[in-house]
Amino acid sequence: MPHDHPGHDHDHGLSPSGHPFRADNDAPLTYWQRMEIAARELLIEKGIVTPAEVAAQIDAMDARSPANGAAVVARAWCDPAFKARLLSNGSDACREMGFDIGALHLVVVENTEDVHNLIVCTLCSCYPRTLLGLPPDWYKTRAYRSRAVIEPRKVLREFGVDVPDSMTVRVHDSTADMRYLVLPARPAGTDGMDETALAGLVTRDSMIGMGLPKQP
Amino acid sequence: MAERVRVKTMSPPGHVRAPHYLRGKTGEIERPLGAYKNPEQLAYGLDAAPKELFRVRFTMAEIWGDRAERAEDTLDAEIYAHWLERL
Amino acid sequence: MDSAAASFYLCGMSDTDGRRWHDMGGRDAGPVPKGEHDFALWEKRVDALMMLCSGKGFFTVDGLRRALEDMGEDAFETMTYYERWMAAVNQNLVEQGVYTLEELGTRMEEIAQRGDSYGEAQDG
Repeated sequence: MPHDHPGHDHDHGLSPSGHPFRADNDAPLTYWQRMEIAARELLIEKGIVTPAEVAAQIDAMDARSPANGAAVVARAWCDPAFKARLLSNGSDACREMGFDIGALHLVVVENTEDVHNLIVCTLCSCYPRTLLGLPPDWYKTRAYRSRAVIEPRKVLREFGVDVPDSMTVRVHDSTADMRYLVLPARPAGTDGMDETALAGLVTRDSMIGMGLPKQP
Repeated sequence: MAERVRVKTMSPPGHVRAPHYLRGKTGEIERPLGAYKNPEQLAYGLDAAPKELFRVRFTMAEIWGDRAERAEDTLDAEIYAHWLERL
Repeated sequence: MDSAAASFYLCGMSDTDGRRWHDMGGRDAGPVPKGEHDFALWEKRVDALMMLCSGKGFFTVDGLRRALEDMGEDAFETMTYYERWMAAVNQNLVEQGVYTLEELGTRMEEIAQRGDSYGEAQDG
């Protein structure tokens, strides 16, 4: 599809995730880009990393996406024993499904009819990146980091999620070594759906607690 | 009954992981997480001693007082033992 | 200005509660911006270098955070996320003696001669 991209003379289109690509190889070279090239070359020349390792690392990060988390959530919705394992040791349960999450220490918090959970990192932007991929831009903003802990309900409303006063909001600030995943509540009317179809309802934001799963 | 703890009010300069908005606030231990290397030493490239880490749950009323949206809502954060006083 | 602040002012002293700029929880702020972008190749490479070098023990995530925090609020406001991460990775690599500033500076000068865009300069 045509995509207007100021400053570029050709069409970058949209990425597979539906977002515009960021200005890249044909923009003017910056100081920090030169630093990246220089550091990478020096690390390679000194035998600390290889070009293949850099490429493999990029591929590994690109392969991580919210779809991984969605598969975990859908499994938990379908399999009570798996859900129990996920809530008691999130990392082991993800590894059991074959996901390469590295050294991630994952705590999974469950949304119920009484509780809505929300994840933030006020000190930086910690995120379960080895499961879900890189965090959304809004997660790293000053506004989100500042406000999510003091007015979570208001921030949720801005994202279209209205948590009634009868429910408890639990905010989780990722201050140290744990990373967090919200296990959203399974939507009503999904009894006949299989795991794959259910995973399609699980959005990235619902696993951060800033959204809800899609309705079937 | 859950163990009550208070986050120390100290404010040393440098890399620490106890957020300022929780300093001096009282909560209860939600779960122990085990020992992790002290980020206050790791940050400077030093050998780091393992420190016990806890998830501590605070009520929004305790943290924000009258500014809380709903007093019974909660906030959980991971706090190292050397930032906690047992009550 | 209260009297304590006035006396600090008059003798040129300062005071602080010790809270640092990056410690944002509970501060006033506006609406959360919702725009999103994918990352450029050079940004993915910064991420990869960060993951590889920390995995090999040259620094920790806390070493990176410390460098980011010490860069100050101006950097947070004026540099992109991966520009700041590049600066933090570099800071830690220099501190660990992985390469020297002379090596880095010389190489960055060479790279500037390769072309005007990242695409032209990215490979030696």
